[in-house]
Amino acid sequence: MSEKPEHFIIDGKRLDGRRVDELRSVKIKLSPLDRADGSCYLEWGRNKIMAAVYGPRELHPRHRQDMTKAVVQYRYNMAAFSVNDRIRPGHSRRSIEISKVGRDAFEYVLFTKFFPKTAIDIFIEVLQADAGTRTAGINAASLALADAGIPMRGLISACAVGKVDGEIVLDLMKEEDNFGEADVPVAMTAGGKITHLQMDGHLTRDEFYEALKLAKIGCDKVYKLQRQALIEKYSGEYAENDEDAIPQAQIGDADE
Amino acid sequence: MSDDVMAEIHRDYLFNLVLKGERDDGRAFDEFRDISIETGVAGMAEGSALVTLGDTQILVGIKIQPGEPFPDTPDVGVIITNAELIPMASPEYEAGPPREGAIEIARVVDRGIRESKAIDLEKLCMIEGEKVWIIFIDIHVLNNGGNIIDAASIGSIAALLSTTLPAERYGLGEDSPLPVRDIPVAVTAIEFGGELLLDPSLEEGKLAGTVYTVITNSDGGISGMQKSGIEPLTIDQVMRVVDMAGTAAVKIREKFLEV
Repeated sequence: MSEKPEHFIIDGKRLDGRRVDELRSVKIKLSPLDRADGSCYLEWGRNKIMAAVYGPRELHPRHRQDMTKAVVQYRYNMAAFSVNDRIRPGHSRRSIEISKVGRDAFEYVLFTKFFPKTAIDIFIEVLQADAGTRTAGINAASLALADAGIPMRGLISACAVGKVDGEIVLDLMKEEDNFGEADVPVAMTAGGKITHLQMDGHLTRDEFYEALKLAKIGCDKVYKLQRQALIEKYSGEYAENDEDAIPQAQIGDADE
Repeated sequence: MSDDVMAEIHRDYLFNLVLKGERDDGRAFDEFRDISIETGVAGMAEGSALVTLGDTQILVGIKIQPGEPFPDTPDVGVIITNAELIPMASPEYEAGPPREGAIEIARVVDRGIRESKAIDLEKLCMIEGEKVWIIFIDIHVLNNGGNIIDAASIGSIAALLSTTLPAERYGLGEDSPLPVRDIPVAVTAIEFGGELLLDPSLEEGKLAGTVYTVITNSDGGISGMQKSGIEPLTIDQVMRVVDMAGTAAVKIREKFLEV
């Protein structure tokens, strides 16, 4: 682990030059994988995340099928080489927990009742990790689900907020995550319904409230980026045979 | 199938009660079930506590041994938390390695103890980079009557408060109490029928769309949170739980832990 920096914020700028309410740079590529039904490659600062979606497809083993709805399966996995010290491949307790709450983050927006007996499989591979992989994974998964054409109430957008040098900041980078005072990963619908929320560190009630409000601002920014990426990829494609064109307003909000 | 029908009927019953501002067992929405704590129940452990929270019974045992620190934190002791949902505790549990439910419980309890800095881990370092004390917190759920996380959290800190560092056994000096300096308390709420209910019973927990845990310290600060379950929460609901949890945690801490 590197040394703790003396200050995280100097003259209103963070270690990487961002302001306190600024996200790292985000790059989105839709459908990079052709075998999966939907996929998304996401670069979030120095994080590199691949997400793929399969389904709805038959769920095996059969006894796990639900007669009333699709079973959502979410696998968050870090590549062995994604961090400084190689991690043992396969599930860790951390990745099992992240997979569970990641799955919970999506079930609200998926119309699982439309697809009884099936599985909707979401796979997240962290190829390069630099703090915030669970929220970056959720953002990529959200786009991969849309890319797979799975009916959803809306997109899920995620970001982390935290506290460094006594200030609430958006989207923690590695140093801020390691040495900061708190980390709050949040995911929500475009309308601000929270589907994922964790926290560790130390915050007062009022600091937490401030953090939550900043998370909403961050998620709104992420949502715009996600929406833009979908429009760029699909509006042209559908406009060619214009009867199928998706009005922009329909790519949207779970709460509308 | 009959189970499903019963579940539906029961759900409607509880739902209608909630609309009237009531719960099945007569509690207020922000009221915990009775809690009892007995420490020193497992004689071979360095510390232990048997906690009952309503019908839930959990035994937490602490074992401590010298070992190597993690390479990235060479100068502090190690905490390892594990939860076992043993088949004795519920007809729904099966034997085998911990699954995601048990792992989540252990990690949330661990988060509260770690992030509140309740254990002074720096005092558990003997030789930097070579030898530190390793604290094993093992949570044994004996009877699942709902809200395991809160009971496990109370049991873990109660057990830690009763723990002795077994230095003599390893020829490392005199035994001493484990340095514990805070009392994190987890308070779990569910959202049901648009209302927020603390300390869900087994039935309430099964019907809940969302389970949300807030862990607070003695200074009122928040040291951990976990939202689980598929239904979303609004920012207002989250803040309401934070406030309810803070108040409830103060009562729990006063009543049972600062003895």
